[in-house]
Amino acid sequence: MRHILSLLVENEAGALSRIAGLFSARAFNIESLSVAPTEDASVSRMTVVTSGSDQIIEQIHKQLNKLVDVIKVVDLSESPHIERELMLVKVQAKGEVREEIKRMTDIFRGRIVDVSDNTYTIEVTGDGAKLGAFLQGLDPRQILEVVRTGTSGIARGEKAIRL
Amino acid sequence: MAAQKPVLRGAEIFVRALKDEGVEYVFGYPGGAVLHIYDELFKQEEVKHILARHEQGAGHAADGYARATGKPGVLLVTSGPGVTNAVTPIATAYMDSIPLVVFSGQVPKHLIGNDAFQEVDAIGITRPCVKHNFLVKDVRDLAATIKKAFFIATSGRPGPVLVDIPKDITAQSCEYEYPQNVEIRSYRPVVRGHPGQIRRALKLILGAKKPMLYTGGGVVLGNASEELREFTRTLGYPITNTLMGLGAFPASDRQFIGMLGMHGTYEANMAMHHCDVLIAIGARFDDRVTGDLAQFCPYAKIVHIDVDPASIAKNVPVDIPIVGDVKSVLTDLNGLLRENPERAEPQPLAEWWKQIGEWQSVDCLRFNRNTEVIKPQYVIEKLWELTGGDAYVTSDVGQHQMWAAQFYKFDQPRRWINSGGLGTMGFGLPAAMGVQMAFPEATVACITGEASLVMCIQELSTCLQYRLPVKVINLNNRYMGMVRQWQEFFYDKRYSHSYMDALPDFVMLAQSFGHVGVRVDKTADVEGALREALKQKDRLVLMDFITDQTENVYPMMASGKGQHEMHLSPDRELA
Ligand SMILES: Cc1ncc(C[n+]2csc(CCOP(=O)(O)OP(=O)(O)O)c2C)c(N)n1
Repeated sequence: MRHILSLLVENEAGALSRIAGLFSARAFNIESLSVAPTEDASVSRMTVVTSGSDQIIEQIHKQLNKLVDVIKVVDLSESPHIERELMLVKVQAKGEVREEIKRMTDIFRGRIVDVSDNTYTIEVTGDGAKLGAFLQGLDPRQILEVVRTGTSGIARGEKAIRL
Repeated sequence: MAAQKPVLRGAEIFVRALKDEGVEYVFGYPGGAVLHIYDELFKQEEVKHILARHEQGAGHAADGYARATGKPGVLLVTSGPGVTNAVTPIATAYMDSIPLVVFSGQVPKHLIGNDAFQEVDAIGITRPCVKHNFLVKDVRDLAATIKKAFFIATSGRPGPVLVDIPKDITAQSCEYEYPQNVEIRSYRPVVRGHPGQIRRALKLILGAKKPMLYTGGGVVLGNASEELREFTRTLGYPITNTLMGLGAFPASDRQFIGMLGMHGTYEANMAMHHCDVLIAIGARFDDRVTGDLAQFCPYAKIVHIDVDPASIAKNVPVDIPIVGDVKSVLTDLNGLLRENPERAEPQPLAEWWKQIGEWQSVDCLRFNRNTEVIKPQYVIEKLWELTGGDAYVTSDVGQHQMWAAQFYKFDQPRRWINSGGLGTMGFGLPAAMGVQMAFPEATVACITGEASLVMCIQELSTCLQYRLPVKVINLNNRYMGMVRQWQEFFYDKRYSHSYMDALPDFVMLAQSFGHVGVRVDKTADVEGALREALKQKDRLVLMDFITDQTENVYPMMASGKGQHEMHLSPDRELA
């Protein structure tokens, strides 16, 4: 099963490599990982999307907690949550497809953020499925570049993951 | 008026911090990046530096010291090759959860990342085999980082911590104050077990009809041997120890039914397989213990007590997990047992012991004592007799290690010092140095094989320098015996590269290092030779026992098999 783990970690030089190293050393899956500092500059928030049996997820959770730089680990998938990912896509947009791509972007509530004679650069946010659907809707030959941030997530309601 | 804090250079801070931490010995090897530190070590006498002959030797010595004393071992190495040589002992300590604090020199900060002379990414190289590591980037952080390193290494589930110190930092100055306490918000090991879980566990334990205690290195590391004895004796249940846990419960006690696992006793493994309640304490369900997981303890409800939550349910699902320091949890359990001695009906327990007695009567460790050629088991049995079971015994890795574990009956914890997790050949001799350093008057024996011994043989020189009268017991079968055994069983006797051709003359070798060397090649001479050697209180004696080349370690559970599927030696295979 797919799980979204949200981590608070010390904003220290080695922290990211410890976490990435843990996943590779113990052969845990890692679908995406996103990380950036929080409102408290000494703490980073990291979202890891992973998958595995319940037993493996439990191990991932515990092994992450064991790392000295990790302050807190929460499995967002255990309760209602919001997940979002940002994608930037550069597509070939010449002649009549220009209009069609614009329309598709609107349907997905994306935005064209840069334009050249032959290309559009489109920004789309949403969960992974939506971004996938958007890419599906494009002709693969038109796609020049895809850049995704990986998922970040937050719990719904009043629950907050803090120190 | 506040007391003035002294202003010290980084190298002075380093030495002062070790003193303030109460460090007695630093095992190490010098080099460019740590020369400021060595200069400071030279100027004082409180912190004693032990110069090994290889960083691997220094690391295992620090590790042996830690295992025998329970105090953290301290290792100091230079940058580059110094720290790469230390990786094996660091990983060895990591696998066995040994508290080790390793200081490595690093090139000056402005050269980091430049492929400078003797630069390696020590933090990166050691990351997967340390509990934690630090790069010191500012001399003002040095003292606090050292404090944190000792705290992390010794608390919770212990382990090695590396502190990488760029050379320029050891030359810069700042005010020195050694912190009294450390608070690390992201690191708070659990101590007390959950009281509700403890009660639930006890209920299950008291209701067992075929109970089994299985305890590991965690009991030794957690200094919980006394509590374990009380718990086990109050219950009257059978107990087995893992390779790492030997001595936590006295091997001479009738409740002890031997080590378990791949080369454990028949009775211990059978009792594991057939038990209805398994009480695992400070053990981690390693694959050498469990065999095929699908067949592991099929009838048992499992209680698991461990300080490391990640050890629980890692390999085997557990019915009642208790996260906590084993000493604390056992103390709680003992307290409950005292006030509430409600016990299982005695009858089923008597039947269980009767069954165990039948398994014991197979006498799975029996070997032939009446041969002219020396049986390795016999040497260890004699050593045990002559030392009254009270020596410190280190070992290397191979058949001799298994025989030592089987035939030296440890009654005390921290007496049996071996590399169980990583299985590092070369560990035995340097580890024995560390133990002897800590206990100069004690008998310290290193049971080794000729292949393992030569892996760190240079340390004989260190033993001379510091007058360490280790008794080296070389069970010389002219083979990498354990490799040969597997090749005999599983590769149709194709002995690919397991033969030790061109061995040195170990007697002359010992002598050339300034020690006593003795060769023994007949069973009849074993006891006398051991007696003589043990009498030499101030000399290292290397005893080269020429042993039976074809002897195999039994019983044996082949990997991938269940615990109940053991092989006994061929002349006594079970019906
Ligand atoms: C550093 C290292 N290299 C290789 C091995 C694999 N290995 C395990 S046992 C063994 C043979 C050990 O031979 P010896 O020291 O003579 O002991 P014996 O088995 O004969 O008692 C080897 C090569 C190891 N454990 N450690």
